[in-house]
Amino acid sequence: MNGAATRALDIGSSYRWARVNLFNSWFSALLTVAIVLALVRLVPPIINWAVLRASVNAPNIGVCHESGGACWAFITDWYRFLLFGRFPYDQQWRPAAVIVIFVALLLASCDRRLMGRGLAVLWILGLACVGVLMWGGVFGMPLVETDLWNGLPLTLILAVGGIALSFPLALLLALGRRSAMPAVRALSVGYIEIVRGLPFIVWLFMGVVMVPLFLPPNFFIPKLWRLEIVFILFIAAYVAEVVRGGLQAIPRGQFEASAALGLGYWRQMRLVVLPQALGISIPPLVGTFIGAFKDTALVTTVGFFDLLQDATVGMNDPTWRGAYVEAYAFVALIYFVFCYFMSRYSRYIETRLGKGRR
Amino acid sequence: MSEARTAPEENRPMIEMRNVQKWFGEFQVLKDVSLSVQRGERVVVCGPSGSGKSTMIRCINRLEEHQQGQIFVDGIELTDDIRHIEAIRREVGMVFQQFNLFPHLTVLDNLTLAPVWVRRMPKREAEELAMHYLERVHIAEQARKYPGQLSGGQQQRVAIARSLCMKPQIMLFDEPTSALDPEMIKEVLDVMVALAEEGMTMVVVTHEMGFARQVANQMVFMDHGEIVEIAPPSSFFTTPKSDRTRLFLSQILGH
Repeated sequence: MNGAATRALDIGSSYRWARVNLFNSWFSALLTVAIVLALVRLVPPIINWAVLRASVNAPNIGVCHESGGACWAFITDWYRFLLFGRFPYDQQWRPAAVIVIFVALLLASCDRRLMGRGLAVLWILGLACVGVLMWGGVFGMPLVETDLWNGLPLTLILAVGGIALSFPLALLLALGRRSAMPAVRALSVGYIEIVRGLPFIVWLFMGVVMVPLFLPPNFFIPKLWRLEIVFILFIAAYVAEVVRGGLQAIPRGQFEASAALGLGYWRQMRLVVLPQALGISIPPLVGTFIGAFKDTALVTTVGFFDLLQDATVGMNDPTWRGAYVEAYAFVALIYFVFCYFMSRYSRYIETRLGKGRR
Repeated sequence: MSEARTAPEENRPMIEMRNVQKWFGEFQVLKDVSLSVQRGERVVVCGPSGSGKSTMIRCINRLEEHQQGQIFVDGIELTDDIRHIEAIRREVGMVFQQFNLFPHLTVLDNLTLAPVWVRRMPKREAEELAMHYLERVHIAEQARKYPGQLSGGQQQRVAIARSLCMKPQIMLFDEPTSALDPEMIKEVLDVMVALAEEGMTMVVVTHEMGFARQVANQMVFMDHGEIVEIAPPSSFFTTPKSDRTRLFLSQILGH
């Protein structure tokens, strides 16, 4: 086939493709035109601001403003504070290593050869390393108090700890809510409804500010762990409801068949019912977890320096005052990367579980 | 548990129901049901839908609770005591109308689950046992598949093999062929006939009267929650005593 004919064919087939996909009715034609116009108006200015006229090496925000583009110089100057906050400057390799460990653990979770017990061991080892690195006090690393655990490591510790530890509690609550024992059922329902009935911020204040008032003075739990506990208890109520939805979708016959085989209640749940219930709950579960990840940003309200709070401090620095968009864009990118990972991960698990089942 | 045993081992019935009553709310589903099944006996229960026959056999492994009367299985009385219930369920296999295989497990894992977790059998031994029973129901080549990939008849045979892996003393069948396409009914009945010929104690709720004639020692006819008639198949089909039995038989055998 010669070149001209190929081109003619290409034009012909792309014309047909466009007719089918972009202009198959007057409404879709209108939408296509509107979207193209919007893109033409929006994309070039954004590229212009973010790339073409951006300054990467400017000494302060004033110099940035002269070129009229994004002031990425703020990020290159401040990225260590944005990521690690007030963690002692010369020790910041430690939180950096913690971030690397978390990313490595998340990636390892995608490897199907590691699924199961091996992965659990890996996570426990990884989290132990995270603890040692953050605290220090051993292997010649100076001790760093939890108040100085700032930025991305704080966000990750809260989120991963919150999600992982809320899960077992949520399973118990979900099973409790469907229990045949009225007292267990009432307790579970009460817990779930009360926790969900108040905003997260209220629980944060209760946990961090009010709970210590009721504790004996020598009974001290560091603020970070009070916060983590509040977070776990809060997420658990939401996760429990998601799991209950999954449980309700399991046909009675599954309970009956496993009971008829002589399996006791806990084994019925663990071996037959929960694996199926959790399998169908993956999309809403991951939705809840993504929400929980982003909810960590609310800890700012009780005086914690998470990723978002670090950015707020940075953008108010006299040298860079006004670099709001740049700071928020940086933080948004980090949040997005983690949330997008979770979303993809759930798709991956779903396809794996779905294989051969239906 | 020994205190709950009633009669000497040899001649006591495998299943004994004494004046069992059960209500769903206001509605009485079982009225004064008494039935005794000896070791090795095959009892076929039939009756119109809603007559309580499924409820009755589900009482035998306590999937349903009876409210009055007594039920003894292998000499153990069914009470609220969860240890008694689980001990009985280990000895009583059940096959359901809807198969109720575990869809998230392979056929092989469906079969090994209870032996491994309830009988504490080593995994390898349980797998050998499972393959043995899969061969018995002529389906060994499907061991690595998931239930959703099998036909209804194959699934029901897997369900029977799954129960047999617990080496039960008694097998309960709750309308095992009612959810099957006609061409698959025979393959399931053949497996059940073979089981009966080996001397398994069986209670079968079914409308398959050909099967009943072939294997049953006793026919039980239920209507409106009560046992109307108990008779050996020879007299049950030829000279039923009750008008209700006669009417029922004419309806299901008539065409």
